[in-house]
Amino acid sequence: MSSSLRNQIGQLAHRSVLRTLRQPAQIVPAIVFPLFLLAVNAGGLKDATNLPGFPTDSYLTFILAVPFIQGALFSVMNSGTDLARDIETGFLNRLALTPLRGAALLSGLLAGSLVLGIVQAVVYLSVGLIAGAELAAGAGGAIVLVVLSVTITVAFGTIGLFAALRFGSGEAVQGLFPVFFVFLFLSAMALPLDLLTTDWFHAIASVNPVTYLLEAIRSLLIEGWELDQLALGFGIAAAVGVVGMTAASSALKTRLVRT
Amino acid sequence: MTESTDRGGIEVEGLVREFKNGPRAVDGIDLEVAQGEIYGFLGPNGAGKSTTVLMLTTLLPPTAGTARVGGFDVVAQGPQVRATIGAALQEAALDPLLTGREHMRLQTALHGLGKRERETRGNELLERVGLAYAADRKVGGYSGGMKRRLDLALALAHQPRILFLDEPTTGLDIQSRTALWEEVARLAGEDGVTVFLTTQYLEEADALANRVGIIDHGHLVAEGTPAELKAEIGRPTVEAVPRSEGDRERMAAVLGRFGERAGSSPRGVSVRLEGGESQLAEVVRALDADSIAIEHLQLHAPSLDDVFLAKTGRSLEGSDEEEAADSETGETEAVGAA
Repeated sequence: MSSSLRNQIGQLAHRSVLRTLRQPAQIVPAIVFPLFLLAVNAGGLKDATNLPGFPTDSYLTFILAVPFIQGALFSVMNSGTDLARDIETGFLNRLALTPLRGAALLSGLLAGSLVLGIVQAVVYLSVGLIAGAELAAGAGGAIVLVVLSVTITVAFGTIGLFAALRFGSGEAVQGLFPVFFVFLFLSAMALPLDLLTTDWFHAIASVNPVTYLLEAIRSLLIEGWELDQLALGFGIAAAVGVVGMTAASSALKTRLVRT
Repeated sequence: MTESTDRGGIEVEGLVREFKNGPRAVDGIDLEVAQGEIYGFLGPNGAGKSTTVLMLTTLLPPTAGTARVGGFDVVAQGPQVRATIGAALQEAALDPLLTGREHMRLQTALHGLGKRERETRGNELLERVGLAYAADRKVGGYSGGMKRRLDLALALAHQPRILFLDEPTTGLDIQSRTALWEEVARLAGEDGVTVFLTTQYLEEADALANRVGIIDHGHLVAEGTPAELKAEIGRPTVEAVPRSEGDRERMAAVLGRFGERAGSSPRGVSVRLEGGESQLAEVVRALDADSIAIEHLQLHAPSLDDVFLAKTGRSLEGSDEEEAADSETGETEAVGAA
């Protein structure tokens, strides 16, 4: 990577982080809302652990994987609406008039998601452990869990960037939020995949990548070091990131028609 | 191409921009701007001003025609053009969450200035536009004038030879407008920066521009120095308002003997004096002879609005509403595309 590209990424990353930290309205819901749902689910569905084959006797430990995915969904919104605002205000045109490269713009914009992802992961894990959840993989597992969570958050962030560049409006990006939530609800969010006995639900959850992201996180919490599940989780996150980044790069070329 | 346009000027030939399902926002413009010149690009909303600027700043490819900015082709040499120009586009495009100083740091860094140079240049420009005192405040709290001044400072971050200002004073109060005019005039006069300035304010073009191009419906309908353009029209206008509304028709008949009708206030009558301002006394005598009492009488020297009226058949002042529909299919689309 050339020094000028590094410099451009660094400058835009700095801006993205500043923007994120200066918008409590972005940070607070992204942390509080998933924790609220965690409390509701952990309290209301704890009897699910009595089902034969349920992998743990702590429903809190089981459901603790969900906030990490919900937090990542907020990343779609935050990265997307920030970029959409840049398009709407003409700030993107200002950047386009500098020697800025597209790769620097996209990477820099994801820095805000990365920082928010770290904060979210640390808070979710800490709250979960304080509330009594288990972490079978130990201290090393906590680090891997944070890395996996941030990888998922950044990967989802690329989808927000694509949506912003494709549609050019913050409202359109926000419209994606319910769509992504449907993905979460149609996954093995509340029960393990094996215990989803309704055929159509099981079929959808089996092909829903969110299921495997949840299982990767759960493997660290419940089982310890399940390398297959971790590899699948990291692989899916990386694939989402690559697809999202490729789509965003293409949309950026269309959006920035500078000669 | 002349030597002057090669070094720091602009040369445009047959520039066209067509939008899908829309009119030609820019329809075959030819113009030349010399180095160090302030060129005023005057026209109502939707006339094609912003679309022209977007093409000249490489943010929108032309449909046809050629343009060279600072000696570089806007299509084939986009990066070189961008390195040569600075631009403050319509609406100050700023991040409300960043401070003025953070904007300067970002802009200078993206233009590749070294760390120490960034600070020096940023401070110098903030000082120059009178924003040093507010440099560490978030831009969201700036007034419209402050935002415009910061916008100008950012456009100057990399010491461009050519500056594009797209309606830089729209919405500003008189004080802020005057301060910006002074800075633009200084840039051209002292630093030799070429300025391409779009405006819908006649007085702005009159006060600032060395030469003015008038654009209407995508066509350049007139070009020259403000004095040359006014001289083309030549004749002053007299406007009279009768004391009694019922005398308006008779007044129009009397004034009609002195020249062709011109645009006037709803209660008044205006004519362009064929014999020049020396006819004013005759006008008064003629109205007096017909016993028409005058409430108000005014002689107008030719203005750029008269030039616009003569060239397009419409007055520039107040033509914005008529043009609003055009702007939705033309310039608005251009910005969206960019």
